[in-house]
Amino acid sequence: MIRLEHVGKSYPTSTRPALADVDVEIEKGEFVFLVGSSGSGKSTFLRLLLKEESPTSGKVYVAGKDLSRLSQWKVPALRRSIGTVFQDFRLLPNKTVFQNVAFALEVIGKPRQTIAQVVPEVLDLVGLEGKVQRMPDELSGGEQQRVAIARAFVNRPMILLADEPTGNLDPSTSVGIMKLLDRINRTGTTVVMATHDAAIVDSMRRRVVELSLGRVVRDQTRGVYGYGA
Amino acid sequence: MRASFFLSEIGIGLRRNMTMTIAMIVTMALSLFLQALGLGMTRQVSAMKDFWYDRVEISVYLCGESSVGATCGGTPVTDEQRREIGDDLRQMPQVREVFYESQQDAYDRFREQFADSPDLVDNVTADALPESYRVSLHDPEQFEVVASALRDRPGIEQVQDQKALLEPFFRILNLFQFGAWALAGSALLAAVLLVSNTVRVSAFGRRREVGIMRLVGASNWTIQLPFVLEGLLAGVVGAVIASGGLVAVKAIAVDRFLREELPFTAFIGWGDVLWVVPWLFLTGIVLAGLASFLTLRRHLRV
Repeated sequence: MIRLEHVGKSYPTSTRPALADVDVEIEKGEFVFLVGSSGSGKSTFLRLLLKEESPTSGKVYVAGKDLSRLSQWKVPALRRSIGTVFQDFRLLPNKTVFQNVAFALEVIGKPRQTIAQVVPEVLDLVGLEGKVQRMPDELSGGEQQRVAIARAFVNRPMILLADEPTGNLDPSTSVGIMKLLDRINRTGTTVVMATHDAAIVDSMRRRVVELSLGRVVRDQTRGVYGYGA
Repeated sequence: MRASFFLSEIGIGLRRNMTMTIAMIVTMALSLFLQALGLGMTRQVSAMKDFWYDRVEISVYLCGESSVGATCGGTPVTDEQRREIGDDLRQMPQVREVFYESQQDAYDRFREQFADSPDLVDNVTADALPESYRVSLHDPEQFEVVASALRDRPGIEQVQDQKALLEPFFRILNLFQFGAWALAGSALLAAVLLVSNTVRVSAFGRRREVGIMRLVGASNWTIQLPFVLEGLLAGVVGAVIASGGLVAVKAIAVDRFLREELPFTAFIGWGDVLWVVPWLFLTGIVLAGLASFLTLRRHLRV
């Protein structure tokens, strides 16, 4: 599903590369934690998968397609098959919960009937049935992240990327979010989650890919977060 | 479904930047109006030229009692000379029509033209004005050909090309026309810059939405279209206002005011207005659309 072959990424302004000689293969349906300290390259890794950035060397494959060969106008189609969740939720502040999730469908041209049917379903899935008409600033952090996850998942993407989704949440809320991501993973969606959250990683015991200064230093199935462990 | 989504997004965009939207529309309207004036001026000048060049004649002034021309020799033109000159004129191939104007006719016309200046009229008698043949040519450029044939004939005091009299007048008109176009050009530049700036501010203000649109995989066109439409709206509404302004100028300034003040010349008609209006829309739409599109390419990351 996802393959990085000898991928390197350097930005012109810095001396050390963001990623260097990264070789990772992720199968369909896997749940992978991407761990490492700040600046290790986790976010860059995710951005390469969305083609927000292009690698300076090596190749990136998503669903079998070589991204370097993907023409610019086909990039939106790629992004429709990948859902993303961020640490800062990235909701539209002037739209309700329903409208925020519906937005993802509206911009790709889904008809109104489809939206009216699918959005409530996915909001049920994430546990926000009663809060459909609320505005984001009326929700707690955990609820906002659930809306973000609903938006990421509403189009039933193949891959879900999460960049520190529990970063702004307290430990017990984080557990709830992780349970949700786990449920989504069990429907067959490949999940790649970049995180600092050692407790979560340790409790879930999934594949762990550790990055340090842009290089893969560990790739362990059923791994732990790892600091000195 | 799609249409209502787009419309709502455009509506949001416009309302958020209400003042800038209004500024954009006003500037567009103003510059298109100036362009309308420029175009109208062009039509007006050509209408005047057509009118006048049709009436432009060669005036062949015949010797009178008080003539001082060399060929006159102090004597007025004889009947025979008058007749000969007339016949020869009518037979020339370049000549279209020949009118004879007697001294009395000249005096009557003089009185009519200067009806507002009774002092002037009182001081002139019919004898003081020369009789003449008014000759209109098929091609006004052929003046020299006819003039050279007539100049040194006895009985003819002076051959005057009236077209030459009009040249300074038309030079001034051309100057006005040039000025109108220069003004229109700079106003159009200002409008384009303002559309560009407004679109840029709009795109910046909506970067959160745009970012999310990109993330969920909206096509580039879907993202850009609302902004381009905002610009186009300015172009269209501006053109409508400018057309309205042009119609007002025609109806009030031209029809009511100028026609009465200057009754002896031609003015632009409604057909001319109809000719100008599509150009306004074309310019408005093309410029606004291009400005928006190019601005987006530079400032909107897609």
